[in-house]
Amino acid sequence: MVQVEFASSLRRHVACSAQSVAPGSLREVLTQALAANPGLGHYVLDDQGNVRKHVAVFVNKSLVLDRVHLVQPLRAGDRVLVAQALTGG
Amino acid sequence: MQTLLVASRKGLFVLYGDATTWTITAHHFAGDPVTQVLADPRDGCWYAALRMGHFGVKLRKSSDQGATWSEIGAPAFPAKPADGPWADDPTPWNVDLVWSLAVADPALPGSLWAGCMPAGLFRSDDGGLNWALNTALWHEPLRLQWMGGGNDYPGMHSVLVDPRDVHHVSVAISCGGVWQTHDSGQTWELTAAGMTADYLPDEAAHDGNTQDPHRMVQCAAQPDVMWIQHHCGLYRSVDGGLYWTSVTAPDPSGFGFAVACDPADPQRAWFAPAQADIQRYPVGGRMVVTRTDDGGASFRTLHQGLPQRDAYHLVYRHSLALAPDRQTLALASTTGGLWISADAGEQWQCVSRDLPPVAALAWVP
Repeated sequence: MVQVEFASSLRRHVACSAQSVAPGSLREVLTQALAANPGLGHYVLDDQGNVRKHVAVFVNKSLVLDRVHLVQPLRAGDRVLVAQALTGG
Repeated sequence: MQTLLVASRKGLFVLYGDATTWTITAHHFAGDPVTQVLADPRDGCWYAALRMGHFGVKLRKSSDQGATWSEIGAPAFPAKPADGPWADDPTPWNVDLVWSLAVADPALPGSLWAGCMPAGLFRSDDGGLNWALNTALWHEPLRLQWMGGGNDYPGMHSVLVDPRDVHHVSVAISCGGVWQTHDSGQTWELTAAGMTADYLPDEAAHDGNTQDPHRMVQCAAQPDVMWIQHHCGLYRSVDGGLYWTSVTAPDPSGFGFAVACDPADPQRAWFAPAQADIQRYPVGGRMVVTRTDDGGASFRTLHQGLPQRDAYHLVYRHSLALAPDRQTLALASTTGGLWISADAGEQWQCVSRDLPPVAALAWVP
């Protein structure tokens, strides 16, 4: 299984506890994890289904630069962290 | 006693008070930008539009005057076509900002319009749970010529529903002129004749489709009377926006963003001038409000109680608001100033100089 965790900055707004989901592409993994809460997906993905500009997705501590295709294959034991990018004012 | 909602860069403030005493009684969404707020006169619900830096546009709703809030749906564009005429649309099909919220039909509880940036218009008929893009305007070919005005993309900041006919809706876009529908959004007509954009080449200066109305308001008692604070001056229409007549710039300036009008008196309106588009602060650092009581033929420059030196406050387009009593007027700035007048702008009381930048004000009806 793939472990998906959400940073506290996101949990402040919407309930999203860590999820353990089946391996697959990064999009498939995120889709499963975001299904935990009906409102969660719009926090992470924009209107077009891309990872939001100021959201950072890490796979095993590596930042995922692709925000559109999300085809990176994930295997059992991989860990995903959905966090906020550093931005604001 | 009256209640004022203040949408700011760091949350939504609630003020409660009367002519001489105003108190901040609540601070909601602390730290999060609130870009627009609506107090629904039909059922008392409050709507707040959030623009989270990381997580996008969100809408929150309260049915108990802010004691509790729930998340509702947020306007969102459909999937951008991969082919066809809109495949190469340079405007992102992502809602970045909810810039206007309006009751769509007073007789239909929960019916709402939302104007956004990019300049899509959305409608909800279930109190904001679900939103649908008005595709007729979004697919208007002239939209491709709209421009961003101080922002990367065009935005819809004014949505006005005709009190006589809810199917008649007027919207204003920076920079996309004024558009009107008489069939609840099935068809649209560009109605910006009379405006001049001096920032465009001479040949294009009168093109209605690229005008930059900063804010548009409508007199409720005589809805054919409408006012615009335009990028290049003031305009008034007496025929429901079919033609816009330039109003001679008052002292000290015709530049600004905000305009408020009297819902019962078609002759009266207020503006919050700044020096110019390249100097967006009060002329000479002296903050004033201008008011006309004769349809724009003349103005009074009102300043009692406003800072008269070293004041660099800019008033955004939704931050000049007249209360239902038609006398109490609120004014807020991008540098956190909030002033309230109990006498239509004659005298101002400073409520705070320390708020976050203010995006919008709304009186609770």
